[in-house]
Amino acid sequence: MTWVNDVIQGILLGGYYGIIACGLALMFGVMRIINLAHGDIAVLGAYLIYLLLEHWNVSPLIGLLPVLPVMLLLGYLLQRLVLQRSLRSGLLTPLLATFGLSIVIQNVLEQTFSPDVRSLGQDTGSLVTAAWKINSEISISALSTLIFGAAVLIFAGVQLFLSRTNAGRRMRATAEDPDTAELVGIDSRSVYAWATAVAVAIATVGGLALALRSSFFPYSGPDQLIFAFEAVVIGGLGSSLWGALLGGIVLGVAQTIGAQINPEYSILAGHIVFLVVLISPRGGLLTLRSARGARRALPTVTT
Amino acid sequence: MTAASQTSPTPTLAGARIQRWTPLSAGFTSGFGVLIIALAFVPVVMGASVVQDLTNLLTLVLMAVMWNALAGYAGLVSVGLQAYIGLGAYATVWFALHGVDPYVAMVLATLFCAVVSIPLSFIVLRFRGAQFAIGTWVVAEAIGIYVSFDNQLGAGTGTSLTQLYTYSPTHREHYTYWLTLTLTAFFVIAVFLLLRSRLGASLQAIRDDEGAASSVGVRVVAGKRILFILAAAGCGAAGAMTLANILFIEPTSIFSVNYSAFMIFMVLVGGLGTFEGPIIGAIILYFIQQQFGNDGTSYLIGLGATAIAFALFIPRGIWGLVEERTGVRFMPVGYRVRRRAPDSGVDP
Repeated sequence: MTWVNDVIQGILLGGYYGIIACGLALMFGVMRIINLAHGDIAVLGAYLIYLLLEHWNVSPLIGLLPVLPVMLLLGYLLQRLVLQRSLRSGLLTPLLATFGLSIVIQNVLEQTFSPDVRSLGQDTGSLVTAAWKINSEISISALSTLIFGAAVLIFAGVQLFLSRTNAGRRMRATAEDPDTAELVGIDSRSVYAWATAVAVAIATVGGLALALRSSFFPYSGPDQLIFAFEAVVIGGLGSSLWGALLGGIVLGVAQTIGAQINPEYSILAGHIVFLVVLISPRGGLLTLRSARGARRALPTVTT
Repeated sequence: MTAASQTSPTPTLAGARIQRWTPLSAGFTSGFGVLIIALAFVPVVMGASVVQDLTNLLTLVLMAVMWNALAGYAGLVSVGLQAYIGLGAYATVWFALHGVDPYVAMVLATLFCAVVSIPLSFIVLRFRGAQFAIGTWVVAEAIGIYVSFDNQLGAGTGTSLTQLYTYSPTHREHYTYWLTLTLTAFFVIAVFLLLRSRLGASLQAIRDDEGAASSVGVRVVAGKRILFILAAAGCGAAGAMTLANILFIEPTSIFSVNYSAFMIFMVLVGGLGTFEGPIIGAIILYFIQQQFGNDGTSYLIGLGATAIAFALFIPRGIWGLVEERTGVRFMPVGYRVRRRAPDSGVDP
């Protein structure tokens, strides 16, 4: 029964990884770049929410609401001021620029907020401790369920946005072929800026989830980036947006089962699953689907 | 990429002369050789602090040259070369624990990193671009965690190379310096010779356009693999040297992604894809560290912001700018096409 519990906890944990991975997958799908500061941006979001709590005693879940538009704007500016310029000079420059940004964000956070480890979990009242006890072995925490639910909502929301709205269609067209999209009057720069804004906003939700379910400090970002990237790759990089959620779930299950064997193995088990998926000839759970051309409503391009 | 020009030293095109050696580059290459020999005598004439500083600087040069070999010549930006820095350091400890003289252990550790990187290359070279960057990072994290489980190697709390204490402090400093100089010179010369070889031309072709290179028969993956193994060995040596210099290591610091940050900074500022650039970048970082190294976060914010600025506005770095403006090239790793009129030297 402990195994059943592990799998359930792993799936719920996968919800968190899914949220963190979603923005990364979106940016990779639309612009073919990986934002190495993605994890740090999530942590930055967590700190902004912490700031509201600290100064105005705003509950973290409420605090997310004013922080989201700020982060949207930040993402928009990030694309306009930094990434757009770096896109012009090849695929390597965005990597170098976002890596530099990652170092800057981490150290600015440390300077501003001290290197202390913080958590927002205790500030959400009973949410953190509430749980449904199924039996003596299995208990499902309300917070994990909430985060998983948020993940499903976010993925469904992005999916709907991409498939049903005009802005979403423009984004998909630009992802498929930016030059042709330009020909039919789509401003790819604006599309890129909005994609980055949305990705950064989703990362903020991820940052809040991190802050609620465990803890964060100025240097938490790189680990979150790695988990997000692993989720995206396990799910089949660039083949499907939902793949990132599935990849997150696989990663979460791998980590909880690893932790069951020995608490030290948790993270390592995730890395190993990631590397095994890489070595496997298909390289990613959903790549086969995309090879058949089943790319409906997906913002991505096959690699 | 004038492939035809590689067989004869001075082939000619109609109305133009293709040049590899210029008087300047011949002068600087021999000067470079003299410099290495001169550096070997530093411990004899200079004090301990100079020797230690130079050991630091040479280790930085080695790291920068290795990162540039991978990114500048094979187009593989890695955020995971700290895997081999850590592995080189820990392999040194392991060999020394098993009765090998610590200095011999450092050389063995370098070879060990080369060997380990061969199977790993089959995993990570499946990746391209950004995926390679993070893929290698994950490998580094996994190795770091794995090492932190090993009680013999001090687990998470770290270990020191106690065997080195059998040497007197002066001898230790001198031997460490000479070994660092030897290894750095070895890898710098290896990159230099590699770039001048046929492989060097194909590697630059890969960097410029992988598809096109492959279509004219360049063995893309084999070329990348050679550079990857070379970079792994070089970073392994740099890790062993770091250990020899600081004597104590722990997994979180020696496998730290900050090494990648430093490597990226040095190469970006110095000049990505140029031979001289990383060496210049290493010297710049060395002086910045001397000046601001104790400022902690502000210092790192400065490094990060400078890296962003260079990536966005001066992507070819300081040396790239100098080459562009003046056509000067100190080391003869490329070819120059000169029209008969002598002042229009253009690099191919």
